[in-house]
Amino acid sequence: MVGEKQAPPAVSLAALFFGFSRIGLSGFGGVLPFARHYLVDTSRWLTAEEFNQQLGLCQFLPGPNVVNLAVVVGRRYGGLAGACLAPFGLLAGPVAIVLLLALLYDAYGALPQAQAMLRGIAAAGSGLLFAMAFRMALAIKRKPFFLPFTALVFVAVALLRWPLPAVMLAGVALSGAVAYGLLKKEGA
Amino acid sequence: MSTLLELFGEFALLSFVAFGGATALLPELYRVVVDNHRWMDATTFAHLYAIAQAAPGPNVLVVTLIGWQVAGLAGALVATLAMCLPMSVVVYLLFSHWDRFQGARWQRAVQLGVAPLAVGLIFAGATLVGQSAGLGWAGWGFVLAVAAFCTKTKYHPLWCIAAGAALGLAGVV
Repeated sequence: MVGEKQAPPAVSLAALFFGFSRIGLSGFGGVLPFARHYLVDTSRWLTAEEFNQQLGLCQFLPGPNVVNLAVVVGRRYGGLAGACLAPFGLLAGPVAIVLLLALLYDAYGALPQAQAMLRGIAAAGSGLLFAMAFRMALAIKRKPFFLPFTALVFVAVALLRWPLPAVMLAGVALSGAVAYGLLKKEGA
Repeated sequence: MSTLLELFGEFALLSFVAFGGATALLPELYRVVVDNHRWMDATTFAHLYAIAQAAPGPNVLVVTLIGWQVAGLAGALVATLAMCLPMSVVVYLLFSHWDRFQGARWQRAVQLGVAPLAVGLIFAGATLVGQSAGLGWAGWGFVLAVAAFCTKTKYHPLWCIAAGAALGLAGVV
């Protein structure tokens, strides 16, 4: 078994739908770690290596990464139907839950207690975002070359409020060119 | 109807620049729905983000809630679809060719170059969420405490959210 490429096992459309529902419903503040756990360890639909490779495509392209990942895995095991059902499973349960919460917000959101509670949760959410950005910044390779781009994007978007499409297009062109140059110099 | 179309158009356009996922889009979502279209005020925006954080599911759900606030159930579905569908189609079509690009220099250059931009966007989003929630000194102190706590420890983020709800109710932040 070791080292041999196995044909993917048969996975039913229902299994895809419920598997991704489970992934969607188990994650708080981003579901990628839960997706990895389920796809690699629990269901074994992907090996650890396949997971990294295919996540590579999903992170290379813009858009919600885990939705993209659901399309990739759904397509592999269920063709077009799978590619539709897997992301649908991922989103259906959580969407139903947030819509219920939205109904509650419409009904009670104006109450002072609800406002106070939501302000506290938003503060926690802001802190979680700072932690996430900080951890991601630590993981950036060759920081001296790239952290200036981080700072420029922050200034352009948060302080100057420039439109994101323009900032990102310019940013990807410049930062990508620097990265291309570095990789070329290393002969990598 | 025209609001739904606008919503679809704006969010579908954004899906093409959502490097780093929906979280990196927060500042632009804010610019589009609060500054440009005035579909909601800053506080409501922060509240919707808070609700999305407290619920299970992918980060893209904040888009669902924004759609709901703008145009009800239809808005929620349209916004979610606009954000997810265009890239899903691209991923579906690209998938079989992906192995050929794997490891190409231009491909690794983009991957290497995009990460620092996404980090800048998430810093910007964190700042905007805090600002639009209308936090005072105590609130920002709590933000820093959460950021430090989550960087140093591996506790589940829900604990921070529960602490935020409790401190908010108690009138501390």
